[in-house]
Amino acid sequence: MTEVLVLADGQGGVPSQNTLELLGAAGQVRDATGGKVQAAVLEGAATGLSTRLFAYGADRVFRAEHSLLHGRPPDAVVAVLAQIAGQAEAQVVLLPDDSLGREVAPRLAHRLAGGVVSEVIAIEGEGAGVVFHRQMYGGRTIAAIRAQRFPVVASVKPRMLAPALEQSGRRGEEVPVTVSQDASVVRTKVLERVAEEVRGVKLENARVVVSGGRGLKGSEPFKQLEELAQILKGAVGASRAATDAGWVPASWQVGQTGKTVSPDLYIAVGISGATQHLAGITGAKTIVAINTDPDAPIFKVAHLGVVGDFKAVLPKFIEKCRELTQA
Amino acid sequence: MHIVVCIKQIIDPEIPTDQFKLDPATKRQVRGSLSLVISAYDQNALEVALQLREKAGGKITTLCLGEAGAMSAIKSALGMGVDDGVLLSDPSLQDSDSFGVAYGLAQGIRKIGTPDLILAGCVSGDTGNKVVGPLLAEELGLPCVTFASRIEVADGKAVVRRIVEDGYERVEAPLPLVVSIVSDDTNIPRYSKLKDIMAAAKKQVPTWKAADLALDPARVGAAAARLRITDVYVPKRESRCELLDGDTPDEKAARLALRLRELKVI
Repeated sequence: MTEVLVLADGQGGVPSQNTLELLGAAGQVRDATGGKVQAAVLEGAATGLSTRLFAYGADRVFRAEHSLLHGRPPDAVVAVLAQIAGQAEAQVVLLPDDSLGREVAPRLAHRLAGGVVSEVIAIEGEGAGVVFHRQMYGGRTIAAIRAQRFPVVASVKPRMLAPALEQSGRRGEEVPVTVSQDASVVRTKVLERVAEEVRGVKLENARVVVSGGRGLKGSEPFKQLEELAQILKGAVGASRAATDAGWVPASWQVGQTGKTVSPDLYIAVGISGATQHLAGITGAKTIVAINTDPDAPIFKVAHLGVVGDFKAVLPKFIEKCRELTQA
Repeated sequence: MHIVVCIKQIIDPEIPTDQFKLDPATKRQVRGSLSLVISAYDQNALEVALQLREKAGGKITTLCLGEAGAMSAIKSALGMGVDDGVLLSDPSLQDSDSFGVAYGLAQGIRKIGTPDLILAGCVSGDTGNKVVGPLLAEELGLPCVTFASRIEVADGKAVVRRIVEDGYERVEAPLPLVVSIVSDDTNIPRYSKLKDIMAAAKKQVPTWKAADLALDPARVGAAAARLRITDVYVPKRESRCELLDGDTPDEKAARLALRLRELKVI
């Protein structure tokens, strides 16, 4: 029997996609091993979220309301989740692998004297417990992992797990949490949050992604990629080489420290295919590479490719795509 | 200001696929004669430290937990301009998991004395784990900021640019502080000057062993590992890449578009 606790969130009482994926995994573990699916909801989530969480498989929801959670400072989230994990007697804690989860997961694991698994891409409940799968060596391999110390805290890569299905009418238990910490646990302060401009489709949700890398040699050529992305109703991404060079905003980065994308079509222009970049596109269904170097590692993972200079290849490619999609 | 930068030496992750081999027994990559590098984001961390020292003065110490051969990583860091380094190396540390590594590093930092800033790369270049910085902060009871690309220090406080999904935050935190570093256009690691590389080669770098670090044997090594890798496999890549050819770039381009249409991708 494996007790699972999920960090849940939502907007306007609607569970987020991350939450549905975590609940999906937790439900599968419950079906395989017994135990309960429990969720932790932190201050600021609208009332009514709990009811929706029951519908998506939660058996018990812990609600923590305290001003120290406002803005989700990691110090506060770690402290409150540690408290809830204790109350829930959780053996597995699932967090989304986002900018909050990736920091909270190891810290929470340390606080609970348990283990941590980063960037889980699959979870299986088996009679004897839970097996986590994650990429290692920049996406070259996948490791299957079992915990030897509990609880185990896992940060889960978004858009890899199947989301829970709705079962309306399902009920559960809501437990209000009396937060035992005070504001002094929070040692960092966010002075400002700056959102970078997103034009059109969001990168992580795009069905088509056109990415540029070192081969573009500047920011100007990205305008061509934007044109192509618009025609294909997609988004523009970039390799770490391009964002580190300052050609495009950091939030356009696809890869190990950028976004993970799972589009139907990924077009890599002037991207060599460094392992940390490939780690971000393993979910892409069709990968196309345009590169002058026939030995570039990207051609080892691409399904289709053109060896050539993008400056010579793209104009006709864009024209043809426009023709074909507007017919 | 005293800055400690924790670095890890790994097998170069950019080797061609056909040179990547796994040992089925240890489930780790086989090193063979492959070259070793400092994990990429640790290099960005070294660069951030060097820029801070340029602005505000102080000293930079690099700490590396690894085998004896990892001394070359410390020498590389010294060649970039870091002031001194310490190698933490002991048989008991071998096969430690992230918790064991963070504990070993923390013991090293405690022996050095509390620095103002402790930096590490945000992601480990081989395992892909994103945990050593935050674990180190927990070990030392210090605040931390993760996935930061820029740091400014003034009046005993740091203001850190922390990368988030849709942009960044500017986060204020007290010193001492642990920060895990991600790359951006301001922290590309500098090339080493020849004179610094030559000075580094001559520099005496101590190695601290289990006794020096007062290591609790129950907290390091394989026996203390909190996770067990039961299987490692290389995912199957189905087919070879289909290269669209042509006499001119225009022809190749047109063929590519038509092929995508044929496959119903566009």
